Parts: sequence; C-alpha cells; structure tokens
Amino acid sequence: MNYVALKMLFGDRAKYLMLLCGLTFAVMLIVQQGSIFWGLMIWSQSSVSNLNVPIWVTDPGIAQVDEVKPIADTAVDRVRSVPGVEWAVPLYKGLLRARLSNGDYHQITLTGLESSTLIGRPAEVLEGRFEDVLQPDAVVLDQWAVERMGGPNVIKIGTVFELNDKLARVVAIAKTQKSFTNIPVVYTTYERAIRYIPRERRTLSYVLAKAKDGVPVAEVTKRIHEQTGLGAFTAEEFGWKTIGWVLKNTGIGINFGTTILLGFIVGMAIAGQTFYLFTVENLRQFGALKAMGASTFTLARMILLQAFTVGLTGYGVGIGLATVFGFFTARSGGLPFIETWQLLLLVLVALLAICTFSALISIIKLARLEPAIVFR
Amino acid sequence: MDHPAELQTQPAAVRLRGIVKSFGTGDTKVTVLRGIDLDIYLGEMLLLVGESGGGKTTLLSAIAGILDIDEGDIDVLGVPLSDLPAGKRTTFRGQTMGFIYQQFNLLPALTAAENVAVPLLIQKISRSAALRRARAMLDRVGLGDRAEFLPKNLSGGQQQRVAIARALVNEPRLLICDEPTAALDGPNGQKIMELLREVGRAPDRCVVIVTHDSRIFHFGDRMANLTDGRIVSIEAITREGTA
Repeated sequence: MNYVALKMLFGDRAKYLMLLCGLTFAVMLIVQQGSIFWGLMIWSQSSVSNLNVPIWVTDPGIAQVDEVKPIADTAVDRVRSVPGVEWAVPLYKGLLRARLSNGDYHQITLTGLESSTLIGRPAEVLEGRFEDVLQPDAVVLDQWAVERMGGPNVIKIGTVFELNDKLARVVAIAKTQKSFTNIPVVYTTYERAIRYIPRERRTLSYVLAKAKDGVPVAEVTKRIHEQTGLGAFTAEEFGWKTIGWVLKNTGIGINFGTTILLGFIVGMAIAGQTFYLFTVENLRQFGALKAMGASTFTLARMILLQAFTVGLTGYGVGIGLATVFGFFTARSGGLPFIETWQLLLLVLVALLAICTFSALISIIKLARLEPAIVFR
Repeated sequence: MDHPAELQTQPAAVRLRGIVKSFGTGDTKVTVLRGIDLDIYLGEMLLLVGESGGGKTTLLSAIAGILDIDEGDIDVLGVPLSDLPAGKRTTFRGQTMGFIYQQFNLLPALTAAENVAVPLLIQKISRSAALRRARAMLDRVGLGDRAEFLPKNLSGGQQQRVAIARALVNEPRLLICDEPTAALDGPNGQKIMELLREVGRAPDRCVVIVTHDSRIFHFGDRMANLTDGRIVSIEAITREGTA
C-alpha cells in the first residue's frame, strides 16, 4: 500500500506543492536563522579563538573576553610557577583610538603579544610578514581593519597612523575571524602596546598559558586557580563563558529564538492544516479502502509515509536553499553563517515532530472514520 | 416469503435475524432497521429496493460489516459477523467481499489498473502480480485498452466498469453494490447491469444490489422491498418480470 500512498500524495500536485513549500519554508527559516545565530555566537568569542591558546588566566570575576579586568604584572611568573604549566606569556588587550593621516578616528582593539614568541598571533597572514611587527613602531592589522578604516587604498602595508599620539606603521595584514562588534584589531608587541596606552597602574590583561604534554588542561587550569587565586579557563570554557554572557545580556537569543519558533509554528500550522485538508478531501477514498479491508493501521502507515516523504523532501530542499543563501552571504563576510550538524539534526527532529503532528490529526480522523461513509 | 426453488435446498450465504439499528439518542433517536430477517443464497442476485429512507443502505452497510448493529445476528458464509471484533471483521471483509459504489470511489491519482489492483495490494499481494491480475480483470469488463488511463479520462460508464473490476478482482463470495447505476444514464446503466450479471454473478457468489432504478429490476433473481425499516415483501423475478 506504500505505492498507493505515494501515488495519492503526488497525484494531488497542488496540495503536495503547498505542503512541500510550507515545510521547505519552515526548514529554510530555522536553518538560516539558526546558522546566523550560531555564526554570531562564534563571532562573539572570536577574540578567544583568533589567539588559539589553550589556557586563559585573568581576574576571577571576568564575565567575557572583551571585558578586560587588568591584573598585576607578577601574575605571569605566578602562573609559570604552577606545576604542569609549560609556558605562560602576557597579553595586553584594550580599546584605543587610531587617528589616520586624513584626520579620521577609528576605535580599535589593541592586542599586545609577548615579543619573543609572538604567542597568540593569527595563523594566516594575507600581506607582509607577521615577524616584522618586531620592527620599530610596527603593527599588524586584521583584514577587517582594512575594511573598517577606509579600504585598501587608505590602509595598506606602509600606512602610518597614530595611537595615542604615537606612531604606528602597518607591516602586515592578518586573516582573522570577524568579531561580533567588528572593531578593527591592531596587533603589536606587549611592550609596545604598553607604550601606546595611557599610563595605568595595572596593564596586564591576560596570561596565556599551555599545559605540559600529558597533563590535562582542565587539571592545570584548576591548579592555576587554586594556587594563584586568578580565574583560569580553558579556551573552550572561556569561549562558552563569552557566548553565555552575550546571550544573557543582549537579548539576541530571544530574538533569534522567537524567529526560529515562529518558523516551527508556521511550518507546523501550514503542514498540519494542508495535510488534514488532504485527508478530509480524500475521506471517501480512505473510507473505500477501509471497506475493502484496509485496517486503520494500514491507513495510518500510509498517512505517516506520505507525511514523512513530503517532510524529508522539504528538509532536503530547505537545507539546500539555506546553504546556498549561507554560501553567498558568508563568502562576502557580511553575515555570519555557520551550519553545524547539531543544528541540522535539531531541525530534522523538529521537522519529524511537525510531520508526526500533521499525520496524527489525520490518523485520528481516519481512526474515527466509519467506512459506511462510502454508502452515503 | 418467496425463495427460488433451486436455492432453497442450500444453506444461506448471508443470514440476517432480528436486525435492529437506530441512530441518535433521546428525542432525536430514529430506528432505521426494525427487526430484519433475510436469507441470501450463493448464486443469486438479490435486489434491495424501497423508498428513500427505508433503510436499504443501512442494511447493506450492516451486511458488509461496516456498521455496528444494535440487535440481531448477521452470519456471512457461516461466520457470525456481528460477533467478530473490528479488526477481524476488516480482514474478513477484505478476503470475502467486493464493493461497488454509486460514486465509484476510484482513487483519482491511480490508473484504472492500479485502482483495480488495490484490493489485492491490501491483501499484501505483490504489486506486479496484483497489476497482472488487475489487467486481466479489466479485459473481462472490456477495458483492457484503458488500463493505464486515469479515472478523470474515463466516462462515467467506464469508471463504473473499473469499479466492477476492482470489486471482482479478489474473487469475492459476496458482492455488495450500492446504487451501481444511479450516476449513469439509462443505456449505460443497462450495460453495467448486463456486465454485473455476466461477470459478477457466479454459483459460489451472492450479489446484493441496493437500487431505486426500476429499469434494472429484471436483472435480479429476487427483490426484497424494504419500507420503513421492515422487509415488506420478497419476490422471485423471472427473466420476463416479477413472478
């Protein structure tokens, strides 16, 4: 009877297409919004992921990576003295204003890396050499800084600008993950970063560290916290802490969650109603099948097959459309779009729920159907 | 009550005793069948006639086991249908009965052959075997060349012939027909009845037809007149007319 069920489904082309459109729209909306949401979350913790170090140490009361709470310079040595720590280096991170030669001001994130190792440097450099940051007054910008500060004609290798009335010369352009706030990032050495900023009693933002081989990172962060009283987090923990802060303080989760929920409800409403109508319009035919000996179980199986066939087709088409959208928007960097298998699995579960709901209301109708309807 | 002499010697294929059926409750309760007793024999074609609202269709639904009765016993081919649980009744119906409806009730998305194959597919016969038998059955009703047509591309008479083929494809022992000629014009109705008599009537099968159409009365073997929920007469029919 599977054959009959599928022919009935595809035979009513208008209803089939309406069902397919409803489910495709729901899937596309959920995947698209979910992927953008997750992309934004990844952007929000890009300050952690761009530096690619395993352990972050800072003030224990820190809420997220961009909320810097300076700690004492001695923290570096205290962390180095913790058993299991292979190395520990200082990191400066703070906001500053850059003044271009054309008089424009731009807020930037100044990142100061330990000069002897340059630990935390971006993995990929688009132009120039990152090592040239060791030259006098040298800085490296990320590619988003080029875009935000006037474009490649204004910002290029050799461009000179001022940071707090002190000279900065661009020696390289690095490739990084865009940040949530999209503030340009200027990399330099830790010592030079301290010279750029106004005088402060405490200037150390973070201590970046690594556990010795064979020692679990979580164990080392625990030891650092216990022995220094500082907050020590694995990169993953710190990333999630930042995402949690963004979700709690920006309302972005509710915003996207509402859209995703709407997609789910609209999909369920359209699919449920159309599928129910499809069943009601074929009630006499279903009654005839019942009279001819088809059990309610057989009819339920037919309905479920129809629902899941159109559902899985809509799932494929919806994901395809969302992926094409993501491909074009993410390629230009305009929108974050990260499609994860977890999201696709979640959408599949949501879709199966929609299909089951749609099928169930039809099955209930059919279970109550008296085959005698065919004689009326 | 009058039974054809040659049939009275064998046991009834369908045996109805004291059938009562009401719809609604309280003040709105309507009793549609008021104690029906009826025997239908293998090899005969019984016409159920009578005025509208007399209970013909209700009685037909009860015989088919698709409507629960309030009182009485229904035995079909020796099986006490009224005592069978719903699931077993459905299976029994699929194995032993064929149905022809006033509105044909063909599945619009299926070709004529596929429609005819449906009762076999319900019995879990493979699709290829079911379609083979369905095409052979369509040949018998003169629609072999229309096997791949959709119902919408067939005339009303042709659609009813497809429905007849569908009703007979699983070789049922009880063929139940509800106003088979009501949606057809006079000549087409006659042809359908000729076909039903030719391919539907068989020694090991009984055919029950509900009809209003007096032009087809002469095709039956007996005619039971149902009025106000009671069988008021049963007459044997000769080929020239009623006896």
